[in-house]
Amino acid sequence: MTETPNLNYIKEVAGGNEEFEKKFLNIIQDEFPREKEEYLNFLGSGELEEAGKVVHKIKHKLGILSMNGSYQMAIQYEEDLKYGEMKLKEDFFRVLQTVEAFIFKNYVS
Amino acid sequence: MKCIIVDDEATARAIVAELCEISPELEVVAQFPNAVEALKFLGQHTVDVIFLDIHMPILKGIDFIQTLKNPPRVVFTTSDTEFAAEAYSYEFIVDYLVKPINPERFQKTLVKLKNASRLVMAGEDNFTFTGMDATAKEQHLYINIDRRLIKLNFKDILLIQAQGDYIEIKTVNETHRVHSTLKKIKDKLPQTLFMQIHRSYIINYTKIIDIQDNSVLIDRSVIPISRSQRPYLMERLNLL
Repeated sequence: MTETPNLNYIKEVAGGNEEFEKKFLNIIQDEFPREKEEYLNFLGSGELEEAGKVVHKIKHKLGILSMNGSYQMAIQYEEDLKYGEMKLKEDFFRVLQTVEAFIFKNYVS
Repeated sequence: MKCIIVDDEATARAIVAELCEISPELEVVAQFPNAVEALKFLGQHTVDVIFLDIHMPILKGIDFIQTLKNPPRVVFTTSDTEFAAEAYSYEFIVDYLVKPINPERFQKTLVKLKNASRLVMAGEDNFTFTGMDATAKEQHLYINIDRRLIKLNFKDILLIQAQGDYIEIKTVNETHRVHSTLKKIKDKLPQTLFMQIHRSYIINYTKIIDIQDNSVLIDRSVIPISRSQRPYLMERLNLL
């Protein structure tokens, strides 16, 4: 089962600065879908090493959202992709969907 | 302390900026999504600290700092702990932060930066390269052909082409065929001179004579540019 993201880390960094929390959510809402699309495009065109570089960026966001298990999985998946191994593809995709649903549930404009 | 943040991830830049914001000693004067833009900025401005991501497209963090003549204090930020040893081989690197950055850990970085500033003021600082830098500063590599090691100066290499299990290295004087891959040689080449512009080609971009829509001319060779790499190449050129 995919773990649930949360904003605990962001709240810790913000230290009560609600403006920053909003600003950060806006940034991740903008950046994450682009990275997801970029990852899927590379996967679709068989450019696995490039896909791995995007996984590298996404894994940082998993850490930010306190998804420690998924973060560890992304480390392995990033390494696997360098060698053309894709057995974690479906698991990683589920994580992407979970993150996307979470960040847009917390939508701020 | 005036600082800049260089990271291709907007979320990462936002976090470092916020951590700096709550530290009165630090003033973020600019943020950059890549090292090339930061280089341009540093050509005209002086800063005390750079928060620098190691993994970036176009120009990696370590290659970036090697291009700086008089580097300020550098704090590396990265998701990989494997680069720690490499990072600490430069004296001007004050700290190494693993992402996501722990706010308490960031305070320790701040203390290190303050101590480093005191050393500079006391005149005890120098930017002598140590450790791996001795290798990084070298301007050549050796290739193995028929049990002979041949020295190639980076500045003499024009381009490298992948050819199956081999690569062909074209220099100003001759061409060598070596049993290797583009990926392997790419890791040995300084990104300040070389970039991969196509799946099968790495070029020394200082040797470009002419650029047309989808190709570059180097010596008498016409090299294709992949669509995805064209913007990166254009960004590195000194365009009028």
